[in-house]
Amino acid sequence: MKILGIETSCDETAVAVVDDMAEGADRLKANIVLSQIEDHRKFGGVVPEIAARAHLRHLPGLLDDALAEAGITLDDIDAVAATGGPGLIGGVMVGVTMAKGLALAADKPFIAVNHLEAHALTARLTDDAAFPYLLLLVSGGHCQLVLVEALGRYTLYGTTHDDAVGEAFDKTAKLLGLGYPGGPALERMAEKGAPGRFALPAPMVGRPDLDFSFSGLKTAVRTQVQKLGDAITDQDRADLAHAFQTAAVTSLADRTKRALDRALREAPDLTALVVAGGVAANKTVRDGLSAIAEKQGVAFLAPPMALCTDNAAMVAWAGLEKARRGDRDALDFKPRPRWPLDSLTQRHPNKGQGEN
Amino acid sequence: MTSAPLPDTAPAAGPASDNSAPASSGTVCRLALDGEAATLALARRLAPLLRPGDVIALRGDLGAGKSTFARAVIRALGVEGAIPSPTFTLIQSYDLAPGGALEAVHHADLYRLADPEEVIELGLDDLLAGGALLVEWPDRGVGFLPQAALTVSLETGSKDTARVAVLEGDEQWYDGRWSGLTQ
Repeated sequence: MKILGIETSCDETAVAVVDDMAEGADRLKANIVLSQIEDHRKFGGVVPEIAARAHLRHLPGLLDDALAEAGITLDDIDAVAATGGPGLIGGVMVGVTMAKGLALAADKPFIAVNHLEAHALTARLTDDAAFPYLLLLVSGGHCQLVLVEALGRYTLYGTTHDDAVGEAFDKTAKLLGLGYPGGPALERMAEKGAPGRFALPAPMVGRPDLDFSFSGLKTAVRTQVQKLGDAITDQDRADLAHAFQTAAVTSLADRTKRALDRALREAPDLTALVVAGGVAANKTVRDGLSAIAEKQGVAFLAPPMALCTDNAAMVAWAGLEKARRGDRDALDFKPRPRWPLDSLTQRHPNKGQGEN
Repeated sequence: MTSAPLPDTAPAAGPASDNSAPASSGTVCRLALDGEAATLALARRLAPLLRPGDVIALRGDLGAGKSTFARAVIRALGVEGAIPSPTFTLIQSYDLAPGGALEAVHHADLYRLADPEEVIELGLDDLLAGGALLVEWPDRGVGFLPQAALTVSLETGSKDTARVAVLEGDEQWYDGRWSGLTQ
């Protein structure tokens, strides 16, 4: 089965083709994300655009490129999937409308995919992760722990009360004058930092719930930066970066360990801890989480970075899993700016998605 | 009461009031907030005053407490559950219980906008028909954002948690709402 996927819900314009007549990463027949195209990279990368008209401008060309890379035409596709939400209404509308048009023209089913569900299922595309597994989604926009029980069955364990962890990395980097977005810059700076000079409180540690909060940590960094004033040195910055990263990772690890305990109680056949999202690129984060998984005796999976950040391969794959189940959406599907992941669980599992 | 108007400050002393977001013919009031509790109390006083169509501009540096303030307003309007940052998503919307003055409250952060024109992507006309908008980094949407009914600027105070709130209201805030906010 071959599925075309379209992603336009936020900064990235992306088109992909996946085919389940292959194994693992070979299933990816084409995976094009506008900002990652080599031609653009030479010039320092395109600045992602949120504007609907930017998605509209780039989408037809990316579509041609993706089909050419996969070596197929639209007729060879079994269904067209697009992110139907959550996201910015204008962008989602562009992707959904394009997908509906293609589906109508080629007489193929149209499938609306929840963007978060697509992130949640990515480890099945790359590593054949078997249900049930615990997902930690950590990016600039998301910070969630989700028990992925089955296709369409998700239990939200915890989410952030305020900032997502990737956002906290970016904003702390900004406070330290390391640029924006600054997650990788902060990680490099932290390597040069001396442990223990600044003690920043690790948020939420020990709390019985599974939620996150990073706003206070960001403010604590700000307070330290203000105290240091204009005399702040690169070593100060490195020490603060180290303290921030240590506190953030301690918090993520504490929350994830508790979530794993709960997941193993509720789903004793739990197969893995899956981490997705751009923050999974941070080595300290990755090491902290894999240590926890190892201690609990579950596998640790982190899909390749290009599939952890926003992309269309995950949308195509989620569309494929839904198509296998016989799902299709009506052409009057309305884009959904708000579409919580656990709201999918309320639906009758054997019914098409339709409007809900 | 832990907040009090600062009597000896000139009305025009509000920070960065050099663009179109604050009201032109408005009132300026400075409130000393001696800790987070006072900031949250101000948010709780603001919440019941909001009307459909209101745009509340929130200004202040990174970490000044704009989001904390917005979150407190949204919470005071009866929203339960997580109130995540809108920095990445640009906007978060919350439906409110029927029977109140507002159908919904929206929380936007324009920090990531590359061009003020991108405010169009938020679809504010529809959102403001029955709702109010709390918007952080309003300057990034200048020219495309409706005029703010009230601008709240948060400045750092004498200690870590202290803030000074500079309130700038337009003529709508004379209409019985100013006193509810400052007292």
